[in-house]
Amino acid sequence: MRIGYIAANTFREAVRDRVLYNLIVFAFLMIGASLVLGQITIGVERELLVNLGLAAIAFFGVLIAIFIGIGLVSKEIDKRTVYTVLTRPVQRWQFILGKYFGLVGTLAVNTFFMGCGLFLALLYMTHKFERADIYVLIAIFFVFLQMVIVTSFTMLFSSFSTPIESAVMAFCFFVIGSFSTDLHSLSASAKGIVKVFATIAAYVVPNISALNVSTAVAHGEAVAGATVALNLGYALLYSGAMVAAAALIFQRRNMK
Amino acid sequence: MSTARPTVTLTLAVGILFSCALILLHNIDARRGSAIIRESLYISSPAALKRMSLGYNGLLADIYWTRAVQYFGSHHARSAEEYDLLYPLLDITTQLDPKLIVAYRFGATFLAERPPMGAGQPEKAVQLVRNGIQHNPDDWHLYYDLGFLQAWNLHDYVGASRTFANGAVLPHTNPVMGVLAASYATKGGDISTAMLLWQTTYQNNQNEMIRQNALQHIQSIQSDEAVTELEEVISRYEEQTGHAPESFLNLVYAGMLKGTPLDPTGQPYELLPGGKIQVQDPDSLPFITKGAPPGWKRKTVPLP
Amino acid sequence: MNAIATFALEKFYLTGFWRKHPKQALKPLTLEVPEGEIFGYLGPNGAGKTTTLRLLMGLVKPTAGSSKILNGTIEDPAIRAQIGFLPEQPYFYDYLTAVELLTYYAQLSGVPAGERQRRVASTLDRVGLAKDAVHTQLRKFSKGMLQRVGIAQAILHQPKLVFLDEPMSGLDPIGRREVRDLIASLKDEGKTVFFSTHILSDAEALCDRVAIVANGELRGVGAVAEMTSSLGGNMEVVWEGEGANEAIKALGRELRVAGAITRSVVPESMLNQVLDILRAKNARIISVTPVRATLEDYFLQKLAQTSGGAD
Repeated sequence: MRIGYIAANTFREAVRDRVLYNLIVFAFLMIGASLVLGQITIGVERELLVNLGLAAIAFFGVLIAIFIGIGLVSKEIDKRTVYTVLTRPVQRWQFILGKYFGLVGTLAVNTFFMGCGLFLALLYMTHKFERADIYVLIAIFFVFLQMVIVTSFTMLFSSFSTPIESAVMAFCFFVIGSFSTDLHSLSASAKGIVKVFATIAAYVVPNISALNVSTAVAHGEAVAGATVALNLGYALLYSGAMVAAAALIFQRRNMK
Repeated sequence: MSTARPTVTLTLAVGILFSCALILLHNIDARRGSAIIRESLYISSPAALKRMSLGYNGLLADIYWTRAVQYFGSHHARSAEEYDLLYPLLDITTQLDPKLIVAYRFGATFLAERPPMGAGQPEKAVQLVRNGIQHNPDDWHLYYDLGFLQAWNLHDYVGASRTFANGAVLPHTNPVMGVLAASYATKGGDISTAMLLWQTTYQNNQNEMIRQNALQHIQSIQSDEAVTELEEVISRYEEQTGHAPESFLNLVYAGMLKGTPLDPTGQPYELLPGGKIQVQDPDSLPFITKGAPPGWKRKTVPLP
Repeated sequence: MNAIATFALEKFYLTGFWRKHPKQALKPLTLEVPEGEIFGYLGPNGAGKTTTLRLLMGLVKPTAGSSKILNGTIEDPAIRAQIGFLPEQPYFYDYLTAVELLTYYAQLSGVPAGERQRRVASTLDRVGLAKDAVHTQLRKFSKGMLQRVGIAQAILHQPKLVFLDEPMSGLDPIGRREVRDLIASLKDEGKTVFFSTHILSDAEALCDRVAIVANGELRGVGAVAEMTSSLGGNMEVVWEGEGANEAIKALGRELRVAGAITRSVVPESMLNQVLDILRAKNARIISVTPVRATLEDYFLQKLAQTSGGAD
């Protein structure tokens, strides 16, 4: 119950933040630009639109997740708004969970609107919906799962470091995670100390690349049901672990 | 302390959730397999990739190269017959970073070898190395690799010889290149070119072993020419007299020779019964293709 | 029953880049505040008042010692439901209006849904926030208005025990008067109020008992009346004629001279001596009036003791 109130308030904060709208406008501009680009190319109009559209949703979604995520907890501590929350019958872990759900909710609404934008652009281009469009929907869902994961580790970082440090770390984590497939193959083939590091990195860093199916989907390929289930499960478990770790740190932390 | 309970619960939650996530991740990885590589080739235009890499072509090239190695490695490990994605990966790699010599060299080897050792695509390998030479005209390694690809996989000895010869004149070339050029000219039957190349090698090379080797090649070619000439003389003699000469003296009397012919090392040739020519010491002319005693085999001399 | 009890509550902060230098923010503090009392926690800025409050609120963990709030621990949400807290220089979500903010806090404090709206409105009314301000975003609020919102959120859920950190700061004289009355009315409702301040007149006017802290150390606790009476009385003497001035100065008294009129404050014990000198020097005594001892005097005396001890 209290988690819900905190989430709702976090959502309200994000919705009243101008940064959010700037980023959304950029995302729409990018989707629009892919429509224009589609007119000057041949044969790959749909691929281009899907690829660029998904990239825009993911990129701006991740930006929002990181930029709002770093301040989610630290801003409340800095501005001492946390004092009047934690001295109420609210557990610290409830506070963390509420903040997390608030931002994830914001991102869900965001992704929904940007997804609508992409589908409108698709409709405008092809004048009909195809079966393959279902997989675009799945790709958008996967992009949302990426944001769910990014939000979780951003929050974890911000629970023990400054906002700038957290942003840098979160961005690095996201980029490395996007290449986690290569990390996995490196850990399989490398030797010695490199193998140890690559293996640890490959399993600690989230597997963002598994959640990126945009190129396959742009080519009209199907996404297996099992893949959807596995990815969903993975995203939830990984984020859960990160949020629990953030709560653990927050639980023991002094509010200066 | 009453904070102890949430702390313990949260620690457990972190451990359990993360472990479960790892199990799922393992499954996801297993399911994806080579689909990942296939996906990475959806954008098959290096030009587009270059633009998308925002200037980090080199990095992207390294990543594609790593993927190519992984792809080859994993296929090689299970003795695969099909390596259909190897060339596209290498092509993108080298177009993203045209100076990545290692990708041309190893890539060509992977491509050219017959399955299961490689992809069995020597033409593609040649194409790859040719691209490499186009972008790196001063790197003799690429000429070296291309020459062997032409010689061994395509059996184009003349072409190989020409490649080695081009590589032999580069600033920091390896001395062996000239030797290879000449060898393959010989093997390809282009005797005059071979002669020229061996002479150049003999005159210019600093390495005494290589010079010795070049000299033996020159003398062997000369010997081959001499033997060919002698055989012509003998067949003319047979036409005129109706029988084969018994010794060189028959030919001298017939006015067809001036005396007993000597091989380039100064040893006289032998005329065998039935009109066959043979050298006395084939080991001093190890590269002859004519006039060697039956059953003689050249001792393999390692090149420097 | 005690509303607040601390036992050797102590806090060290680690400072410096490697967090190696411990700084003692609060020396072991043992304190009891009975229910129904208005308790003043006095000290100059930087004395450790805010640290004490953060320790009591569970926002900061003590290095040693313990505290009991309403016979329980602050870690217990059920206990937290019964307390209100106004932090020092409060800052609130500035994208919310006063009504939105208080509604949010009412939700968190477990005020039943049906009661929230009425409770929020009455509380805002009680702290005297203007009707037209309640639907304005807090970012447009003045410091005084924010302080009122802060007090509102501390009493919104009708807590049994209210902690106020510098409740009068940022308020104009009228506002201070209103907040004083409000605190007094909380006592009438049977609530316990623990408030910190560096403004002594506020404490003097309101508190049943006060504690004085300086440099993270408790210097004295007691009823205000007890403290002031322990000082003994002073007398203000006013006279005309400069002849006596040198002699009185020699006694160590400070003189204020305005034209021919001189005034000086002397302890009661010295009064006769001073009057004798004045008569001997033919000064005309204009008035002799008792000066009531204030908490400030006591406070300054306590501070002087310590700085004297430290030097």
